Amino acid sequence: MSDRKVKLMQGNEACVEGALAAGMKFYAGYPITPSTEVAELCAQKLPLIGGKFIQMEDEIAGMAAIIGSSLAGLKSMTATSGPGFSLKQENIGYAALAEVPCVIVDVQRAGPSTGLPTAPSQGDIMQAKWGTHGDHPVIALSPSSVKETFDLTVKCFNLAEKYRTPVLLMLDEVVGHMREKIEIPNPDEIEIYNRIKPQEGDDSYKAYRVEEKEIVPRMAAFGEGFHFHVTGLMHDEFGFPTNDTDTSDKLIRRIMAKVSDNVDDIVIYEEKYMADAEYVVLAYGGTARSAISAVKKAREMGIKVGLFRAVTIWPFPEKQIRELAGKVKKFIVPEMNLGQYVLEVERVVAGRAEVISLGKANGEVITPDEILSKIKEVL
Amino acid sequence: MSSQLIQNNFRMDRLPHIWCPGCGHGIVMRSLAQAIENQGYDKKKVCVVSGIGCSSRASGYMDFNTLHTTHGRALAFATGVKLANPELKVIVVTGDGDCSAIGGNHLIHTARRNIDITTIVFNNNIYGMTGGQYSPTTPTSEYGTTAPFGNIDKAFDICKLVDAAGATYVARGTVYHTVQLIKLIENALINNGFSLVDAISTCPTYYGRKNKKGSAVNMLNSLKENAVDIKAAEKLPKEKLEGKFLIGEFKNTNEPEYTEEYMKIIKKYQKER
Ligand SMILES: Cc1ncc(C[n+]2csc(CCOP(=O)(O)OP(=O)(O)O)c2C)c(N)n1
Ligand code: SF4
Repeated sequence: MSDRKVKLMQGNEACVEGALAAGMKFYAGYPITPSTEVAELCAQKLPLIGGKFIQMEDEIAGMAAIIGSSLAGLKSMTATSGPGFSLKQENIGYAALAEVPCVIVDVQRAGPSTGLPTAPSQGDIMQAKWGTHGDHPVIALSPSSVKETFDLTVKCFNLAEKYRTPVLLMLDEVVGHMREKIEIPNPDEIEIYNRIKPQEGDDSYKAYRVEEKEIVPRMAAFGEGFHFHVTGLMHDEFGFPTNDTDTSDKLIRRIMAKVSDNVDDIVIYEEKYMADAEYVVLAYGGTARSAISAVKKAREMGIKVGLFRAVTIWPFPEKQIRELAGKVKKFIVPEMNLGQYVLEVERVVAGRAEVISLGKANGEVITPDEILSKIKEVL
Repeated sequence: MSSQLIQNNFRMDRLPHIWCPGCGHGIVMRSLAQAIENQGYDKKKVCVVSGIGCSSRASGYMDFNTLHTTHGRALAFATGVKLANPELKVIVVTGDGDCSAIGGNHLIHTARRNIDITTIVFNNNIYGMTGGQYSPTTPTSEYGTTAPFGNIDKAFDICKLVDAAGATYVARGTVYHTVQLIKLIENALINNGFSLVDAISTCPTYYGRKNKKGSAVNMLNSLKENAVDIKAAEKLPKEKLEGKFLIGEFKNTNEPEYTEEYMKIIKKYQKER
């Protein structure tokens, strides 16, 4: 594939390239370190392909605007970091309940509050799952390299369109600002999924009815002639508000099931040195880079340790971890927070193996040596 | 039998609405429908966006592309819709609390951009939906459930606010003066830019009761008594305007419209296709 473009780029840049490859036509957001390059590049590149960029007055508005643009038919994205991710939460819940496909990039930085604006973190992992109020489906992916940022951004758009739900790309400052060489696939090598639309002039169209054998309601765009209603209230098949508890029950269970019934389609993970492993380092995002070199070094010392890398972080790779729990002795979970994802590992392992947290939230990355020492310590 | 206007522009199966008997909001909604009908817009291309509040429920009753958003954020959602598809006639219906308290920041910035969105404020000087708390347009010393000793806040003049922020069409009408209100909304729709009509509405249930304003009819009558047309006001001495408020067209100008300016950039720099 010699005709592929090879470029040296940042994670944030690869995110934009991926989004454009996936068909992004609209970006709205508010600048914040360390995600700002995403906005700047979208401002630069979108008009060149007839797309639209707008800098909104805050992150709430950025999130609102991409919901509006997605309803008007455009694939849409916003990007932010910690404080801005907090501000977006209410409208992320709106997109989940109103089933509006969109992609939200969170380049995590050390928090809480303004924290350490330029320092890496993985402190928003639980917020990604529980940040907005009420039960809601969550899909979140977290890349470990620049190339993977490209691929997963495409994947985020595809999942958003397929499941009609907001999808989160959880970057961290490490991956967002790191520069690596990447080979950009040609357009015909990239798989693209577009939302299913109702047939033109279909009089029986109901905006929130799922057709037989389909996963989500077909999605018309505003302006195409279907006078449908979209609301953040519980609603019926037409999209109209309801107080009916049965209708509400059906709706909330249906939107949750979009993810829970399709976990195998959504969950991506990677295993290394796992065949005979007695110990597992379970890592994700930027931290997985340190984890893999620690595991390699430990292997050189004859320690039977492997790496499980969660690429999809939500939904949790529950089946895989449950299976592993019966085989290995210990899980070590390094993450740039004081122990968030490890809670989910503990829940699923359920006492069948030991789960050890290696957390750090001071704005420094977790080094391979720190992980290696932990491996040696817990042997 | 409902009128042709209702049949043409409303979702008959969603009516009756949830508003209290005597609520002014129905009059604003009807006036908006009449204005849309008078202008003869293609219904396919009309998009009504609202926030949260009694007023914002209007979007669900109207038979267009409709979007009922989160509290205060209608203008931000609407900005996304309009920029994504500038062919749409985007109308925002909102309450005084929705647009000037929680949504105040979006209001000034949407006005500043002069994006072609027509905003109709159902201004009843109170938070109706949540049961009568004071809003940014509750007059000083009036009562609300959260102003049991009288409101010490000063009230916003939403028209002056958006005028200063950059709106190109600004007007105020009332639910008593419906002929004028329809005309003002029509002019707002015609303006190619950010337009706002401050439609003074009534909430007899909370604002009226808390402030001893009498029946719904009394409240309508006091709109008649206290509203002074801007043209008439120019000729009146100051003391005659004491305790009154102005209605009519305050601003109607031409400025570059946001989505058109963006399209110019696309035209100039677009490479593909
Ligand atoms: C984030 C958020 N805060 C508060 C509320 C509660 N709330 C719903 S409507 C409303 C006030 C509405 O007042 P207004 O916009 O004046 O409209 P009205 O009901 O008077 O027509 C409030 C405070 C909410 N829904 N969301
Ligand atoms: S509470 Fe007030 S604003 Fe709300 S419907 Fe009743 S009268 Fe109208």
